[in-house]
Amino acid sequence: MPQRNFINLNVNPCNMCMPMGASGVFRGIEKCMIVMHGSQGCSTYIRRHMATHYNEPIDIASSSLNEKGTVMGGSANLKQALRNVLKVYKPKVIGISATCLAETIGENIEQTVKEFLVEEKISAVDCIVVSTPGYGGSQYTGHYLTAKKVIEHFVLKSGQSKRINIIVGSMSPGDIRHIKEILDEFKLKYIVFPDISETLDGGYRAEYARIPLGGTKISDLKEMGKAGATLEIGKFPDEEISPGQYLKSMFGVPLYRLPLPIGLKNTDLLIKALSEVTCRGIPRKVESDRERYLDAMIDSHKYNSQAKIAVFGDPELVYAVTTLCLENGMSPCMAASGPANKRITPEIEKLSREYKKNLVVLEDTDYQKIAEVVRTANANLLVGPSDGAFMTEKYGIPLVRVGFPVHDRIGMQRKVYVGYVGSMNLMDEITNTLLASKQANYRESMIRKYYSC
Amino acid sequence: MRLTEKTEVLKERKDSVVTKSKGKRQTVACGMDSTAGTVSQRACVYCGARVVLNPITDAYHIVHGPVGCASYTWDIRGSLSSGSEIYRNSFSTDLREQDIIFGGEKKLAGAIDEIAQAYKPSVIFVYSTCVVGVIGDDIDSVCKDAQRKLNLRVIPVRSTGFAGNKSSGYRAACDAILELIGDAAPVQNRQGINFLGDFNLAAEQWIVRDYFKQIGVKMQTAITGDSTSEGLRCAIKASFNIVQCAGSMHHLARKMEEKYNIPYISVSFYGVEDTARSLRAIAIKTGNDKVIRKSEELIEKKSSETNKRLDFFREHLAGKKAAIYVGGGFKAISLMKQFADIGITAVIVGTQTGLEKEYEILHEIADNGTIILDDSNPFELEGFIREKQADILVGGVKERPLAYKLGVAFLDHNHERKHPLAGFEGALNFAQEAYNTINSPVWRLIRKDWRDT
Repeated sequence: MPQRNFINLNVNPCNMCMPMGASGVFRGIEKCMIVMHGSQGCSTYIRRHMATHYNEPIDIASSSLNEKGTVMGGSANLKQALRNVLKVYKPKVIGISATCLAETIGENIEQTVKEFLVEEKISAVDCIVVSTPGYGGSQYTGHYLTAKKVIEHFVLKSGQSKRINIIVGSMSPGDIRHIKEILDEFKLKYIVFPDISETLDGGYRAEYARIPLGGTKISDLKEMGKAGATLEIGKFPDEEISPGQYLKSMFGVPLYRLPLPIGLKNTDLLIKALSEVTCRGIPRKVESDRERYLDAMIDSHKYNSQAKIAVFGDPELVYAVTTLCLENGMSPCMAASGPANKRITPEIEKLSREYKKNLVVLEDTDYQKIAEVVRTANANLLVGPSDGAFMTEKYGIPLVRVGFPVHDRIGMQRKVYVGYVGSMNLMDEITNTLLASKQANYRESMIRKYYSC
Repeated sequence: MRLTEKTEVLKERKDSVVTKSKGKRQTVACGMDSTAGTVSQRACVYCGARVVLNPITDAYHIVHGPVGCASYTWDIRGSLSSGSEIYRNSFSTDLREQDIIFGGEKKLAGAIDEIAQAYKPSVIFVYSTCVVGVIGDDIDSVCKDAQRKLNLRVIPVRSTGFAGNKSSGYRAACDAILELIGDAAPVQNRQGINFLGDFNLAAEQWIVRDYFKQIGVKMQTAITGDSTSEGLRCAIKASFNIVQCAGSMHHLARKMEEKYNIPYISVSFYGVEDTARSLRAIAIKTGNDKVIRKSEELIEKKSSETNKRLDFFREHLAGKKAAIYVGGGFKAISLMKQFADIGITAVIVGTQTGLEKEYEILHEIADNGTIILDDSNPFELEGFIREKQADILVGGVKERPLAYKLGVAFLDHNHERKHPLAGFEGALNFAQEAYNTINSPVWRLIRKDWRDT
């Protein structure tokens, strides 16, 4: 099956661009300010997208390149942007995401930044440049590439420490907080990166912090080469953009590449890895969370057997949610990744053989194609970002919102969908949505079917 | 929210921030490109063009560029349609690395062909983006060739992101509309009026259209809320234009006067005062006694009804202080009056793209000490909101979380709103929303410590 209906067109994109991924990572570093090197719109669009999802102020500066800067070179604009950002935000780190424009006019941005630091005699601020042209990939690859660049920048030398690295993919602040709870159960010392658990879901305080509090500490980033192991959440990024792979090849840090811990087996993999690296048994709390999830799976298995679910979003989310659905006896009819990714298709096909279910697998697809498959397969539930809500409006199929972005509901930043606890939350939401549609329609459908026929 | 030091604006911004001093000649520098690193709230040229053209309901919008630009602008605005829903799609040529190297013209031509074959489009708008401007794709000639070959309207929108600011995008959109209207000769026996600069957010255009009906004025074409390509072509039949959002539509109004001899007047349907004033001006402009009489009757009836209901809000809102930061100047002017009408003083007022003339009016109607600013940013807004002790901020999506984090009420004047703010009905909704947010118990509770409860 073709991945999209048109050769030259993407109709209603199911992915975003690399600077979005970069922004999520930079926001997960302590005292870090973000600068988009390019035209004014990129920063504003990303701010708007993140603001509605996280309900938090998202300050991202731009070098505001104009015609002159594009023709004559943008270094003056970039330097001015850095100067103003330093003055107003007083960051310790500046993450610079080079957008389409800056990348295409072919400048030496690293050089400009070096010059700037010398000219202004600045040594206490780390500036990290990452090449993220919109045409070079998606928010998904932008995330891992930026995380790798940050680690390359900070991690200097090896050594030994008892901590382990947890490199997270696109997860909610609530998810990350829950992962930390699990790590604490293992009595583990750890470094979580990028850590948006506070920066994108902060509490109300009388003092307003222009750069939100929290984020992975710079001192911790520098230590990541010494860690006992890296657990990287991300099954599908290419090795050359995997931060964990970099730590492994440069510093010999053992690497566990793990799927997003949603669903039983995917969470088991995380827990097993933690048990292995800590040489500890499974903590009782984790064990009981698992038992409770198993109990919940039994409780809802029959309802779930009627689910024909269409899953869409980024590759990690799609794979993990599809796994959860299959484990619960649901029939996913489609697993569709908006971002291009060659690795996901065989992995989902493996799952579909294991559970003897036929489903359409798409990658590098768009919402037009997704909607078409949803219709042909007669899906009765959608799981993915809020962009899929147009199918609810058009076809009346309910949507369980997961992933990024969700523009039309509140509280996505604190939802927990990872681990046994999160999987249970997600499964309950799916089951309850199915139950609600059944209850809303069954009297009428019974009359139609058996009485007025 | 604690009061801290005086807000020190960046030196590049000094001329764009003015504290009103009575009797003094003061000008607010506006209409310039944004300063790098200030975290401007503006988007880019493409965004400006897209927001203006997007409400044309039967238009196909092809964004020629990487996927992000189309992704971030897909159906995120609340313009309503009484007919086609095509405009709620986002078509992208989704340029990749190879296209940047070899040029994207062929892909664009292919994309237009594909749309022409699959649908029966009445008009296709092709937007250029940053990277297309850099690699030098000639979208004008691609559109021209396609138009000839396919015998349908294919209109280039010169919206290369870096080539100016958001206002340049408005201009590009106006030029595209002019191109759609074409070189028709001025019409004899013209009748009805065109409504320029309303986007039918939450049915606002329909509310105004109903007033016109009641006073016996025909709305020829609304530009662009709930418009069609055929409707836009008929705009030349109108006897005069009324312009609401001057920032985006002033260029079109002037050109229509020049080309088709259609005069224009400025209106605003935000607030009781401006709605009444606008209806009156329109009636007088028609020169028809019956229309004038009917308009006076409508104004009298609606104003007294509305004012009666507004009294409740006046009682509960008197003495509060507002900060206004919105897109266009006309809106800021109306909002100042509207707040004044319910007893609220504007202590800060600013816009992204206000015109010189509009700033003159703002300066004139502002109280002494009011901060007036152009192309502001979170840093300045935060500082002045604290300094001036504003109780409420009115703005768009990106401003909302800032207000909330500062512990200040917020009124959504964004493009996603789901309740109308225009006309007499809108004036009530406005007051109700201001009341709901300002008088919420949350503001009292967040200022208390847990020990106080």
